[in-house]
Amino acid sequence: MAATLPAPQLKITDLGAGIAFGALALLTLIIAGKTEYPAYAFHALVFAIASGWACFKVFDNATSRGPVAIPQEIGGKPNYNMGPVKFATIAAMFWGIAGFTVGLVIALQLAFPVFNFELPWISFGRLRPLHTSAVIFAFGGNVLLATSFYVVQKTSRARLAGDIAPWFVILGYNLFIVIAGTGYLLGITQGKEYAEPEWYADLWLTVVWVVYLLVFLATLWKRKEPHIYVANWFYLGFIVTIAVLHLGNNATIPVSIFSPKSYIVWSGVQDAMFQWWYGHNAVGFFLTAGFLGIMYYFIPKRAERPVYSYRLSIIHFWSLIFLYIWAGPHHLHYTALPDWAQTLGMTFSIMLWMPSWGGMINGLLTLSGAWDKLRTDPVLRMMVVSVAFYGMSTFEGPLMSIKAVNSLSHYTDWTIGHVHSGALGWVGYISFGAIYCLVPWLWNKKSLYSDRLVNWHFWISTLGIVLYITAMWVSGILQGLMWRAYTPLGFLEYSFIETVAAMKPFYVIRALGGGLFLAGALIMAYNLWMTVRGAPEAREASLGDALPATR
Amino acid sequence: MANTYAYLAGIAQSVGLVYFVGIFTCVCVYALWPSNRARFDRAASMPLNED
Repeated sequence: MAATLPAPQLKITDLGAGIAFGALALLTLIIAGKTEYPAYAFHALVFAIASGWACFKVFDNATSRGPVAIPQEIGGKPNYNMGPVKFATIAAMFWGIAGFTVGLVIALQLAFPVFNFELPWISFGRLRPLHTSAVIFAFGGNVLLATSFYVVQKTSRARLAGDIAPWFVILGYNLFIVIAGTGYLLGITQGKEYAEPEWYADLWLTVVWVVYLLVFLATLWKRKEPHIYVANWFYLGFIVTIAVLHLGNNATIPVSIFSPKSYIVWSGVQDAMFQWWYGHNAVGFFLTAGFLGIMYYFIPKRAERPVYSYRLSIIHFWSLIFLYIWAGPHHLHYTALPDWAQTLGMTFSIMLWMPSWGGMINGLLTLSGAWDKLRTDPVLRMMVVSVAFYGMSTFEGPLMSIKAVNSLSHYTDWTIGHVHSGALGWVGYISFGAIYCLVPWLWNKKSLYSDRLVNWHFWISTLGIVLYITAMWVSGILQGLMWRAYTPLGFLEYSFIETVAAMKPFYVIRALGGGLFLAGALIMAYNLWMTVRGAPEAREASLGDALPATR
Repeated sequence: MANTYAYLAGIAQSVGLVYFVGIFTCVCVYALWPSNRARFDRAASMPLNED
């Protein structure tokens, strides 16, 4: 049958993509040959190999696929494209464990400096951005890619737009992660928190991100559902705003195309303001809006209850995005930033409390009528505790943005504790919950390999989070109080090194907490591996009485 | 510099205020409009009825 059909024709999009990848491979090969920076040459070579492979793959696929286009629907049901979602789910788990491990290493380095091993590549200064980027952008980013591609297809009842494009987004994003991460270890950095990657990595991410936006919009465009579900609004807010932030804070001019170094066009306090406008909205849109999209899909789905108030979710969305974008200046209290801008940042941060708690209440009350599931379903419990952590850290954040409180908390470990109650509790747990849901759905299994292991994961990592944040609260407030203590004669009471020595026990407790969190994630990875591999029916029978109802 | 501040502060305190309150009012009216109730009630259970 296939032999009688006409020979496969190269579509114009395939041709364009293939030529673009080929040109990029050639360009990066020239850069690799001509640059005098070995680390940059290494990156150019990685780009050359990746784009050369992509060029081959595009032409190979186009010629072997045959003339028949991939059907949009099979038997009246949408032919969902879950390949990219599966890849991003696995990548999220891999980067998560890598990022948590590096976090544990730097926690140990702070408690015991010997763990720097006097090697420049793994000194604290290089591993710290590796940790933050790995957990936020590599782990969190892949979770957002996976869930957004899943949710937009399911709630639109439409196949993901494009054939190459979704794969380009997922693989291109992970290439960006590899370039960024190896760059930090080799000493390539812009030195701006959460915006460390240099100009060429930023350019690459811009292309990937624009394609991501187009795939998302084009999928919504062909939706069968007349209404765009609220989770998609949150994902869209996240994608659009991250694009704007990324461009604004990375407006740099490279020294030359053969140099990894670039200079930002903003200067002085404007640069600082741009950085924290970006930095805080990385929290507001990457770590909040995107993950609220996860909350609005996965919690109703798992609890089998409708969203508590859909009207509240609309007000939640618009007020959250309109307020968050102004909160950045609270990172620059008591600096050269004009006072009025600091006060403005503080005011908007306090107002943010309302949409944040509105969203939290909406997420929690979605369980009304299904509260009993918290006893029997550890995955749902994880997601609900996540929303509780969201409420806690969005209460703490506005509090810390108040100038008087900030004068005590700023530059201390309290900030680190606050970030981690949000990152481990909220982002971590909602991501774990979503992945625990996704893996059986994607790999067509009836259930997870073991609910008991989810329970172990939950309790071990909850203990880890509690140890982490309580240690950092005590350490941060201790540090802040010691810095501002004066003798009766008006001298500072403590030298800086005395304040460092005082924090040692808390650093050890923090490392212990981080170790427990990592242990939980390893249990999770094992459980998921067995879920994908195993036959769930056989397993369920032997699980029987081990279900966690008594815990 | 002082003029720039006064100019921007003036915009923020007049146009900005009206703009934000206006947008927020529009959002609330849209969300709470009685005839939208059925649509939103259906949307609230969208994750539950899919194939």
